[in-house]
Amino acid sequence: MSVDTVSVTGWGRTAPTTARLIRPRSYEEAAAAVVECAAHGARGGIARGLGRAYGDAAQNAGGSVLDMTGLDRIRRIDAEAGVVVCDAGVSLHRLMEVLLPLGWFVPVTPGTRYVTVGGAIGADIHGKNHHGSGSFSRHVLSFDLLTADGEVRTVPSGTDLFDATAGGMGLTGVILSATVQLLPVETSLMCVDTERASDLDDLMARLTADDHRYRYSVAWIDLLARGASTGRSVLTRGEHAPLDALPSRARRSPLAFSPGRLPAAPRFVPDGLLGRTTVGLFNELRYRTAPRARRTGEIQKLSAFFHPLDGVPHWNRLYGRSGFVQYQFVVGYGQEDALRRIVRRISSCTGGGRGCPSFLAVLKWFGDGDPGWLSFPMPGWTLALDIPANLSGLGAFLDELDEEVAAAGGRVYLAKDSRLRPEMLAPMYPKLARFRALRAELDPLGVFTSDLSRRLSL
Amino acid sequence: MKDAFGTPQSLLILGGTSAIGLATARRLVARRTRTVWLAGRPSPALESAAAGLRALGADVRTVAFDALDSTSHEEVLGKVFAEGDIDMVLLAFGILGDQARDEAEPLAAVRVAQTNYTGAVSAGLVCANALQEQGHGSLVVLSSVAGERARRANFIYGSSKAGLDAFTQGLGDALHGTGVHVMVVRPGFVRSKMTAGRAETPLATTPEAVAAAIELGLRRRSETVWVPGALRLVMSALRHVPRPLFRRMSAY
Repeated sequence: MSVDTVSVTGWGRTAPTTARLIRPRSYEEAAAAVVECAAHGARGGIARGLGRAYGDAAQNAGGSVLDMTGLDRIRRIDAEAGVVVCDAGVSLHRLMEVLLPLGWFVPVTPGTRYVTVGGAIGADIHGKNHHGSGSFSRHVLSFDLLTADGEVRTVPSGTDLFDATAGGMGLTGVILSATVQLLPVETSLMCVDTERASDLDDLMARLTADDHRYRYSVAWIDLLARGASTGRSVLTRGEHAPLDALPSRARRSPLAFSPGRLPAAPRFVPDGLLGRTTVGLFNELRYRTAPRARRTGEIQKLSAFFHPLDGVPHWNRLYGRSGFVQYQFVVGYGQEDALRRIVRRISSCTGGGRGCPSFLAVLKWFGDGDPGWLSFPMPGWTLALDIPANLSGLGAFLDELDEEVAAAGGRVYLAKDSRLRPEMLAPMYPKLARFRALRAELDPLGVFTSDLSRRLSL
Repeated sequence: MKDAFGTPQSLLILGGTSAIGLATARRLVARRTRTVWLAGRPSPALESAAAGLRALGADVRTVAFDALDSTSHEEVLGKVFAEGDIDMVLLAFGILGDQARDEAEPLAAVRVAQTNYTGAVSAGLVCANALQEQGHGSLVVLSSVAGERARRANFIYGSSKAGLDAFTQGLGDALHGTGVHVMVVRPGFVRSKMTAGRAETPLATTPEAVAAAIELGLRRRSETVWVPGALRLVMSALRHVPRPLFRRMSAY
């Protein structure tokens, strides 16, 4: 078990703080680390996976951060029932490598494969299939949780502790291992339909009309387009390709998984590379190259469909030294007007006269909400966008959007947050009081603490 | 905790009646800052400063702090940090002195030096250690362009700020990589009650402008901030002016 003092940030690279990084290699070492966290002043500890949370969820100033990536064993695979038992530090990438050849796929994957199973539960991540499959924790049968007293509890789904932990941002304890129900697939390829939507209303109409036919669905929005084309977007929807849809050559190894990777982004990039001009050009190109009419049945690699950004390691560096923030919110059905207003505001936002260049803006709709008390998804529309953090006036602008989101009964996603006002949390998460009460009982000394929990008084 | 834009939730101002300190507090309270500690000698001015910030919605507490009493700093400031994390410390105390009198009365000059330099060294180190302990936070120190090159008109004040400035730069280097951010702020002539009645130098500025520059510096995690920014260029030129010429330029 190695211990170093390091500066830690989230994926957005804002607000660095220093912590002792502890790297347990076994459950026993993890338990010892938690006991040590409890003893080490009042600064506590928090588990961290691959650091893909955008904000400060997996950093703990002056305390300890438990790097869980050393706990990365896949313990048992039931290839008949499609159930895997694995350590919390196993990445979804690793699971795909191991499980795809057996004909199984992870039930839910976000926009990156480089998240751990523990992190997937802690943030209760969702993917392009939320409208049908719900969030990650819906497919978790149980997990082992190391709590503040140093004990390990097996937590089955359907219990209070499960629901507090799913989306609980690591504050109920350290997840050591999980049992996950998998999805059967015939091939490792995707069958994808692509089409353009000329504006936001067109997009919402298309999504509502036939999304139920697709397992996966996502729309990329050009948030720099204004006026009549506000909300113009490219819609990609797909399904795991069945064996008979594959060209004969690919049928020889239908379950092969070999995502390519480009060279990593350079370590030092000047601020402003992803400014209005470059992003505007990129967006224009992306929209223009999408087919005017619907293109159906295109066979794509898994990685191209789900994880295009994973192809560029450390792409977060492209935002330069100041880093970036991601803003993701959801508003319920019937709140389409609020969504339209917000999209219009972002499109016409002129932070410091330079516009609000959002390189990546993604819209999708969620199905039924998930039982996690601090789980993000709720039935409705969700929009996620990246914005360079050095844009002047951005903080105040996003605060205003928060007001709009909260007034519409919506919420922002804690795994991506790095700037929410603490007083906005309770209106957005109605089960917050329950979460706090359970946490106070389970961890009265506040052993599990993060910068996020301090900032928002979680 | 600070948010992604470096805006603190809790703020400690050393020199709680400082115009720049209060302008900064007002600006930050309008954003995220909810807790403000005003440290200074107990006085009606300190209380009314606290009341002013309370009216803006902040939770304000005052603490008796005397820059000249270095031996008390550890205890007084330790109590503040014991109450909870401080995301930002603004070291804003300092006195201008009266150059003519201070030249005539060495003890008066020593008082300027002890307040601006010695007091800041002890208070700064106490805060830096506490910030390091909590693993995050900004220490913002108000220096002055006067410290950049000694001028005939205010070299006693200037030399104390020069010492403070050098100290802060070194402290920033020492704390680099610890999660603690140290920022030197070098305002030019600031129109405030401290400078009331004095002849303005070119590129004069206001406490509000300094506050805005501090907020920007926090967002950018800057190490040095000049207010106004043009002073960076002006001073780097002035630094190289030969002394006989500089003497004539700064005769006022």
